[in-house]
Amino acid sequence: MTLSPVVRYLARYLALAYITVLVIVPVGLILWRTFQPGLGEFFAQITTPAAISALQLTLLVVAIVVPLNVLFGVPTALVLARNRFRGKSVLQAVIDLPFAVSPVVVGVALILLWGSAGLLGFVEHSWGFKIIFGFPGIVLASIFVTVPFVIREVEPVLHELGTDQEEAASTLGAQWWQTFWRITLPSIRWGLTYGIVLTVARTLGEYGAVIMVSSNLPGQSQTLTLLVSDRYNRGAEYGAYAMSTVLMAVAVIVLIVQVILDARRARAAQ
Amino acid sequence: MSDEHKQGRTPAITVRGANKRYGDFAALDNVDFDVPEGSLTALLGPSGSGKSTLLRAIAGLDTPDTGTITIKGNDVTGVPPQRRGIGFVFQHYAAFKHLTVRENVAFGLKIRKKPKAEIKAKVDDLLEVVGLSGFQTRYPSQLSGGQRQRMALARALAVDPKVLLLDEPFGALDAKVRDDLRAWLRRLHDEVHVTTVLVTHDQAEALDVADRIAVLNKGRIEQVGSPTEVYDSPSNPFVMSFLGAVSTLNGTLVRPHDIRVGRTPDMAISQAEGNVAATGVLRAKVDRVVVLGFEVRVELTTAADHTPFTAQITRGDAEALRLIEGDTVYVRATRIPPIAGQTQEVEAVLARA
Ligand SMILES: Nc1ncnc2c1ncn2[C@@H]1O[C@H](COP(=O)(O)OP(=O)(O)OP(=O)(O)O)[C@@H](O)[C@H]1O
Ligand SMILES: [Mg+2]
Repeated sequence: MTLSPVVRYLARYLALAYITVLVIVPVGLILWRTFQPGLGEFFAQITTPAAISALQLTLLVVAIVVPLNVLFGVPTALVLARNRFRGKSVLQAVIDLPFAVSPVVVGVALILLWGSAGLLGFVEHSWGFKIIFGFPGIVLASIFVTVPFVIREVEPVLHELGTDQEEAASTLGAQWWQTFWRITLPSIRWGLTYGIVLTVARTLGEYGAVIMVSSNLPGQSQTLTLLVSDRYNRGAEYGAYAMSTVLMAVAVIVLIVQVILDARRARAAQ
Repeated sequence: MSDEHKQGRTPAITVRGANKRYGDFAALDNVDFDVPEGSLTALLGPSGSGKSTLLRAIAGLDTPDTGTITIKGNDVTGVPPQRRGIGFVFQHYAAFKHLTVRENVAFGLKIRKKPKAEIKAKVDDLLEVVGLSGFQTRYPSQLSGGQRQRMALARALAVDPKVLLLDEPFGALDAKVRDDLRAWLRRLHDEVHVTTVLVTHDQAEALDVADRIAVLNKGRIEQVGSPTEVYDSPSNPFVMSFLGAVSTLNGTLVRPHDIRVGRTPDMAISQAEGNVAATGVLRAKVDRVVVLGFEVRVELTTAADHTPFTAQITRGDAEALRLIEGDTVYVRATRIPPIAGQTQEVEAVLARA
């Protein structure tokens, strides 16, 4: 596409204005409102018992979701990249489903399955193991929405890698687990790390699916996003701004890690 | 039969009755194959003839549908590649990209849990042999293709394999590097003496480095023999034409350099022919003379039935003959490869001419 210089300038400023109005101004406003009353007030708001509990809960969810997604994601990616079988495209579509389905629907589906009136409701009735409106529900919802990330990031890397190096390792005497640890895993490390970063970001930010399955009690069953929304709804607007800033800070860190990883991956691909 | 029986030694590798089918397609069609101890055997054939399939079956990387494989007298048919005692080199290097040259070569030794000092000594030794000393800390991406392949060879040799299997190891390299590595591989084999199978589709490469050639076509072994045997006494037209240039002289396959060209019928007969089968003298017309360095290619048509053929003569002969287009000359194939039925056919053709 060739554009005249005037059109190009216009397009550039238009894009800039668009981003400014839609992204920079709202984010800037939050930051401004957060730090307007001073740092003391900010720290007071993010260290209330409810805030600390929300941070802990969120980190705990991340700490469970990430290992599970890695543990199941890498073998799934291996199966998808290395095997041909009937129904493979269906499986691939199912893995992508969380991208397409609205998180609220995910929440509803989980309630239908695990809720006290649900298909697997006996788990709660008979065994007294509370899933929906309990911690396991939050984990299940978070896993549902993050399942594709590790698989989708690792699979193309495995494809690219091929089987030559693994075959070479086997002719040199390596058993499959040795080959996996010494050859396959190091070769997919950037893709895997990238998938993990995306999983973390999504878990931190997930709201729709989690609100459906959480009892949403401050200091007990609120993740960071739930707390932000809850504070706002109760009229504690400043508290909402402060927590938003915390969430954003984490997001920016994740973004920076992501950019670094992108560069590393590009270098590794050469 | 074959030479290993004369030497009274059992072959290092035997393949018996190997079949491999992909659907209706037979990638290996009842293959029997022996590799004599200490030899450098080339597995030569066109693309898709099943060379890699056979080599990978020997390595245990592919499982043939039927057949048995032994390495050094041990039946390894159901044994995984880890325990076959092989070294394998891939066409595209299969270098461990995240490991340095040293770590690549040390890989098999580390798996075998050898002591650190022993590993280091052996790796340095091998890198010396393959001409890569000083490259220990480099990564494969910092090596040229030829260097990568030499690293891959060192890596395969590090575990003291009983047999070394090379799948078109020089196929991804340019012509000059390929020639150098070929000569280098020959010298290496003379030093190390490990039984080697070299897969190639390049007949020049096979003739150059191998002491034995097995010609594969459509999943079948067509002929096995020394380079001279398969070149001079091909057992069928396929082997004949795959191993070098051919000319069809009155329906007979001959090598272009075995055609003598003379100004008179007498001159077309060489003194030193002995009792090798030869054709009678034919009259032919010169169509074109092409000088190719020290050789001259003469394109001709027979006077009797105007079929075109090519002769290859030396520069000296060509200058002495002073051939120009349109000349009438006398030609004779001084050696007819003993392909079954061919000699009699020729006599019949000549009788008609
Ligand atoms: N996984 C497979 N599925 C179907 N057909 C296959 C498979 N692997 C190999 N083949 C077929 O088997 C035949 C032999 O393959 P092979 O790789 O052994 O050929 P090759 O002699 O090594 O050829 P090249 O010189 O091109 O490497 C080919 O025609 C190929 O198409
Ligand atoms: Mg091949």
